[in-house]
Amino acid sequence: MAQKLPAKDVVIVGLGWTGSILSYELADAGLDVIAIERGPWRDTATSFPISYAQDELRYRIQHDMFLRPAQMTVTFRNKPSETALPVRHLGAFMLGNGVGGGGLHWNAETWRFLPSDFVLRSHLTERYGANFLPADMTVQDWGITWDEIEPHYDTFEYLCGTSGTAGNLKGKIQDGGNPFEGARSRPYPTPAQKQPFSHTLYAKAARELGYKPFPQPSGNLSQPYTNPLGVTLGQCTYCGYCEWFGCANYSKASPQTTILPALLRKPNFEARTECEVTRINLDRSGKRATGVTFVDTSGNEFEQPADLVILCAFQLFNVQLLLMSGIGQPYDPNTGQGQIGRNFTHQTMSGVIGFFDKDKFNFNPFVASGAIGMCIDEFNGDNFDHGPLGFVGGGYLGQVQTNGRPIETTPLPPGTPAWGAKWKQALRDNYLSAVTATSGVHGSMYSYRDNYFDLDPTYKDRFGRPLLRMTMDFHDNELKMSAYLTDKFAEIVQKMGAKQVVKHVRKGPYDVTQYQTSHLCGGAIMGGDPKSSAINKYLQSWDVPNLFVQGATAFPQNAGYNPTGTVGALAYWSAAAIRSQYLKNPGPLVHA
Amino acid sequence: MRNAGAITGATLTAATLLATVVCAAGIDPQNSPQIGRGRYLTVVGDCAGCHTLPGSGKDFAGGRAIETPFGTLLGANITPDPDTGIGAWTDDEFVNALTKGTGRNGTHLYPAMPYTYLTKVSRDDALAIRAYLNTVPAVHNAVRANQLPFPFNIRASLTGWDALFFKPGTFHPVAGKSAEWNRGAYLAEGLAHCGMCHTPKNTLGGDKADEKLQGYALEGWFAPNITNDKRVGVGGWSVDEIAAYLKTGHNRTSAASGPMSEMVTLSTSQMTEADLHAIAIYIKDQPGPAPKAPPTADAAVMRMGKSIYADECSACHGSDGKGTTAMFPAINGAAVVQQADASSLMRVVLRGARSAGTAGAPTAPAMPAFGWLLSDDQVAAVLTYARNAWGNAAPPVSAGDVTKARKDLVERSD
Amino acid sequence: MALCIAPALARAATIKGGLPWFPGAGDPPTPVRPGPWLFFTADEAAAVEALVDRLIPADELTPGGKDVGCAVFIDRQLAGPQGRYEARYMSGPFQTGTKQQGDQSPLTASQHYRQALAALDRACRDKYGDKAFAQLADAQKDQVITGLEKGSFKLDGAESSEFFKLLLKDTQNGFFADPIYGANKDMAAWKMIGFPGTHYDYRDWVERHNQRVTLPTVSMTSHPDWSQ
Repeated sequence: MAQKLPAKDVVIVGLGWTGSILSYELADAGLDVIAIERGPWRDTATSFPISYAQDELRYRIQHDMFLRPAQMTVTFRNKPSETALPVRHLGAFMLGNGVGGGGLHWNAETWRFLPSDFVLRSHLTERYGANFLPADMTVQDWGITWDEIEPHYDTFEYLCGTSGTAGNLKGKIQDGGNPFEGARSRPYPTPAQKQPFSHTLYAKAARELGYKPFPQPSGNLSQPYTNPLGVTLGQCTYCGYCEWFGCANYSKASPQTTILPALLRKPNFEARTECEVTRINLDRSGKRATGVTFVDTSGNEFEQPADLVILCAFQLFNVQLLLMSGIGQPYDPNTGQGQIGRNFTHQTMSGVIGFFDKDKFNFNPFVASGAIGMCIDEFNGDNFDHGPLGFVGGGYLGQVQTNGRPIETTPLPPGTPAWGAKWKQALRDNYLSAVTATSGVHGSMYSYRDNYFDLDPTYKDRFGRPLLRMTMDFHDNELKMSAYLTDKFAEIVQKMGAKQVVKHVRKGPYDVTQYQTSHLCGGAIMGGDPKSSAINKYLQSWDVPNLFVQGATAFPQNAGYNPTGTVGALAYWSAAAIRSQYLKNPGPLVHA
Repeated sequence: MRNAGAITGATLTAATLLATVVCAAGIDPQNSPQIGRGRYLTVVGDCAGCHTLPGSGKDFAGGRAIETPFGTLLGANITPDPDTGIGAWTDDEFVNALTKGTGRNGTHLYPAMPYTYLTKVSRDDALAIRAYLNTVPAVHNAVRANQLPFPFNIRASLTGWDALFFKPGTFHPVAGKSAEWNRGAYLAEGLAHCGMCHTPKNTLGGDKADEKLQGYALEGWFAPNITNDKRVGVGGWSVDEIAAYLKTGHNRTSAASGPMSEMVTLSTSQMTEADLHAIAIYIKDQPGPAPKAPPTADAAVMRMGKSIYADECSACHGSDGKGTTAMFPAINGAAVVQQADASSLMRVVLRGARSAGTAGAPTAPAMPAFGWLLSDDQVAAVLTYARNAWGNAAPPVSAGDVTKARKDLVERSD
Repeated sequence: MALCIAPALARAATIKGGLPWFPGAGDPPTPVRPGPWLFFTADEAAAVEALVDRLIPADELTPGGKDVGCAVFIDRQLAGPQGRYEARYMSGPFQTGTKQQGDQSPLTASQHYRQALAALDRACRDKYGDKAFAQLADAQKDQVITGLEKGSFKLDGAESSEFFKLLLKDTQNGFFADPIYGANKDMAAWKMIGFPGTHYDYRDWVERHNQRVTLPTVSMTSHPDWSQ
């Protein structure tokens, strides 16, 4: 029998980026807020201090700070005709667990999407005609415009202290920045990071080929910074233990380094850690959330009543909770009906390895940060003419080599044996002089009818609830795009002076064992019409108006950029709508 | 006032209030400016620091352990409860407690209650504090304050102690000093009792009057020298930097941690800018000791310390030791690093520390613990290096010092 | 010195009013200590030492896999939660899937090693005149390993190439991991490739393009330049 707790104004499920942003905004509005987080408390000096944060085996290889599949996982299959099997060990994506969520151990690559990304179907149809898109591609417009979201990108960047060079200031193109970016209202809060050798060499080669390279926007700060909440971050020291790791010197933007110190000073906020929300509770009408049920580590069940429920549990678990709580209609790929679970996308990653003369080139790959990089955007989105190419989508091409950690940095020329004396020699000869840019092409993935989520019929979690089932495969469009972009990328690396460039093009089928970023998107997408979306433009559930669903669940398709900047911007946009409209007049904010 | 039967706590409090109104001149329970002033003054005096048990939610109800060189005392219950608090005291008894060190019926208070400093508080201010304390919820909590071992538990001995070390009397402004200086002196020498922690004590626990504010070891920390000495005091800080430190717990070079962190969060961060500025002006006018050349550090130890510093410390504190403003304290030129007594340094390196989080500086960055990684030799070397690099000069730390500190810290829970 | 996260924070906790703090809190790694095998039997250990010594042969670049500690590394891992796959989802039903669906075996790493090493021993004795793997000549050892890699050297009771993949990954992970875990002795692997180790501050180096970093090689607990 669940023990009923005293009611709160707001219950927030998950205390990662969006959970922290929404907690702060709503506590600041004077509401009584409780955040419930499945994983443990994590903090710099006690969880990843400078004396042992630099442990590749523990954190990168053995996934020490991530969600353990034993606690929760998903099942996976490529096609609806297959049987989905459990992801017993994480591979293709990594799932955060604990306060800070993925925001604690991300790279901090902080991008904005393009204005055209938000109106993708309209834009592509207008330019190329409706027949240009594959029949089973289900991309949509987001229901939000660039002008609406731009101020909130700004807010998130100024929260984080993002280091970068503006490319388009109020419509005026700026030298050294991304000439393709949407017009921004202000420069970045701190200047771009310094770039190591291979990155500057890449930029030089790109320029020689006629491109306009620019530094990757980075949440590893180039200088100390105090954000509008009064929280201070330090200067990044290029340690090369960034993504997959916590930052030991407060220089990577995370909920810990940007929000939590200010949030925990608020007397009207509390967090419960190591408590797992198992259900969003609804009243008898099914149209109003009454709160959540959660379980602590002893198995005790609690009910947390609240007037407002904000779902911030990361894309996958947002979808799982919606399905398990009976909110909205589950998607059926055969009929195309139902909004919950459809338009699941990931990212289409590819790249190259460039081998250089070791007597002439020393790249010191271990001198790096998680978001270091020089990039070009000529082949992202619809920045180039797709007409003759026969595909849509694109991505940035960057030398974004973020580490030289020895277990994972093993540049071996093709034909090198996998073990033995020659293996050792090849590593000795190439470790310092290779450009291992196997994720240098950061391609989009658009949405399709048969890439989706539902609940697994067989496999259960430790409470006996069904695991989320993931059906996902690459389509020809993305594979064509990957081949094209990888060729372009290889040209630039060749121009750097490589003696050999080996392409690593993305090939199907989608493989759940190969890491391809953790940028999982969709499943409860936003839009202007409840017939084709699960949440409205403010991330408010069409079905349950006192429920808001944050995160990349909202993306109708994924763009050729890292999504966290957009996730943060949408969180601020949604929070602003809750504060200025919903709280004054609770109910649907959009009448369809 | 003991009453049997059906009188509830609330009624009792009201009756107590009435009683005090009848007894006192100078306190009016409806005088909200006086009560507000009194509340501010309890913040300045950090009364909660000894009289509120942390985490209890019962303000001023006593029971907090206060460590003294002679043993432990417990802070008294100063809520208006008539049986276990001070509800039944007259105003004169209250004022005498603060300014003469006498409790009810003339019992001697231990100077852990800083009456040697509070004696300077004006009667007006003392009554304002009383007026405020009258309004806090009465808590029934019997505290046996005297936990000292024999013979220190014999209060009568305090008469002799007072004769040696207590100079009663209210504050008199010093002619020739500005009004601001005098306000700062009134606060620092009186209610804020800075010297209680920062002035060295003799073996009997009395202040060493000729070493005012030159540092004192207590509770496993070393409260540093806060005279205007450039190397070991606050001579390198401007008046504004002192005020910023008190207001936010951080400034260009320093971060408050340990007991000072609590002091900042409970007391100084909630004081007015004017009062903090006044205290800073007064502090900047306190002379330091005559400079002494410390012994030069051993070259091999410095080499070892430098290597350890480069690998474990420089990523936050900088290879130049200058840290990051309001974030990572400076070590280069820092007075707190060059105190004769290195207790605070050893403690922070061995078990880590969180710095103060205040409204003005909420980040509260923390030092991680290195005790698991570094041997006593290595801690001694890196601290000796920190104390003598970049123009710093302070006595070396020995491995034996660290061994002893490690042992002492096992007993401490915070 | 044993350290633990304060019990209140290691289990379901309510956090409010400020950032939690406990002195000495943290969870540093436990160093592997030399000593008797914790998982392998003597025969298994002999086989694994021989295997890792061929996967990483001794030469002028580094000592062999055995002397550099790879067998010790694997032993300690298999004896602990990693070997028991405690973090993995190990509920059934177990079904064979596609390559893209990943490992669906019900065996933990420890069980896999145990089975495969027993099968390897049987297979070697069958083919090489009752000799265990460790007793073979180097050329024969390499033949066996190549056969496992390709799947042509069949093991009865285990899948050759699956075992090879597991063994190779563990050997190479140990080789390049921090020496605190038992291998990469004296940071030999890091020195071989030119990785200077666990330094955390490269601000002085980031713009020194195309220059060799001259910092001493250090690990979490090994800093040879610290000694007087």
